[in-house]
Amino acid sequence: MKPPPFKYYDPTAQNEVVGLLSSLENLKLLAGGQSLLPMLNMRFVLPDHVVDLNRVAGLDFVEADAGGGLRIGAMTRQRTLEFSADVAARAPLIREAVLHVGHRQTRNRGTLGGSLSHLDPAAELVTAAVALDAVVALRGPAGLRQLAMSEFMLGYMTPATNPDEMLVSVTFPALPAAHGWGFVEFARRHGDFAIASAAATLVTDAQGRISKVALALGGIGVVPLRMPELETGLLGAVASEALFADHCRACATVEAMDDALVTAGYRQQLAPVMARRALMAALQRSGGGAATQPH
Amino acid sequence: MTGASRRAIKLQVNGKPHAAEVDVRLTLADCLRQEFKLTGTHLGCEHGVCGACTVLLDGQSVRACLMLAVQADGRAVATVEGLAGADGKLNILQQAFKDHHGLQCGFCTPGILMTLTECFADKPDLTEQDIRVALSGNICRCTGYQGIVDAAMDALRKMRSLL
Ligand code: FES
Ligand code: FES
Repeated sequence: MKPPPFKYYDPTAQNEVVGLLSSLENLKLLAGGQSLLPMLNMRFVLPDHVVDLNRVAGLDFVEADAGGGLRIGAMTRQRTLEFSADVAARAPLIREAVLHVGHRQTRNRGTLGGSLSHLDPAAELVTAAVALDAVVALRGPAGLRQLAMSEFMLGYMTPATNPDEMLVSVTFPALPAAHGWGFVEFARRHGDFAIASAAATLVTDAQGRISKVALALGGIGVVPLRMPELETGLLGAVASEALFADHCRACATVEAMDDALVTAGYRQQLAPVMARRALMAALQRSGGGAATQPH
Repeated sequence: MTGASRRAIKLQVNGKPHAAEVDVRLTLADCLRQEFKLTGTHLGCEHGVCGACTVLLDGQSVRACLMLAVQADGRAVATVEGLAGADGKLNILQQAFKDHHGLQCGFCTPGILMTLTECFADKPDLTEQDIRVALSGNICRCTGYQGIVDAAMDALRKMRSLL
């Protein structure tokens, strides 16, 4: 298995990348390569041009903003997310999700922007970004535009990035410091893509009442799904396992994918369980709990 | 800028300068094996699943089947050939694999040795659980992994006693 022939470019500036995107046909951007290279090796994609982002300046950073949020460059390695103190402090859900992404050898190369642009519905970082209301910044010939994840995901593995645009950064809005978070998944082996996963964040008041909650299901629908009605239904209630179990039953009715290995019905059975476990993990950590150690 | 179909590249492999003119589509793994004749880096799946091709790029473990050789231009690569001494004497980790039945056919071994080399350099106080998690990215069809874990733990103990 060898990649098909293509022309290779390794620009150093973002405007050069946009220039190439605007002038060339059948082009692929190469980020960490942990999905694109397998697809090239297996010849699932046959690009005429491959533009490597690995030498482009200004795409690899984790920036803590004054408002308590995070802005992360598209070429930031998954390994960097795993060990970043800012990520651990401000968006611990990202780190929790990253620990499920592939293996150390793939996290050393794989990037945040690559994962979001590939937009595999089972990808942990996509699911976490949906739960965290992430906003992506796309650079095109006319400059930057921002899109919420809900607008960015057009459909199965289809981001809203125009052919002349590149993803440059992702913003994660601030969450209260005392929020809880949970990421759980069901996969055949550690490091595999999830058959079903769930990501949750939760804020409770002194009486244990839920004041803010977000829940995303990954690997189940054609894109990770938020559960807005379920979330609204939980607001104001006192958090407990019984409450979550009751409300999460609604997850069994989401539209699920069939694939060669797993039926839609199986995913629908897993969905409430994943949702409940993610919410419970978030509850246990709300008010400040211990994070999973990186490895 | 114009695109290239072939490129001249220069990189360090196991501390020695290497240069070649390669097709841009050549993977780093194929470059090591075919251009530099360093066939210690094995290819099992060629799509990032098995870990046999693991090498270190500037000290970090990467799948050499998922990188282009041109991307390693100017970088330092470490492969299994660089582990033993110049006289061929196995290093502590390699010797532990020999002592603990950490390999049978040996196909997976180069990737596993390079993964563990990175782990040991990152964090010398690894636990057995850390080792098992690290090895999740390397598939072995022969050993059942227990010998590999035993070898890794033994090598860790020996390295610590030298500190
Ligand atoms: S040959 Fe590279 S991971 Fe299998
Ligand atoms: S020793 Fe044969 S595959 Fe591991």
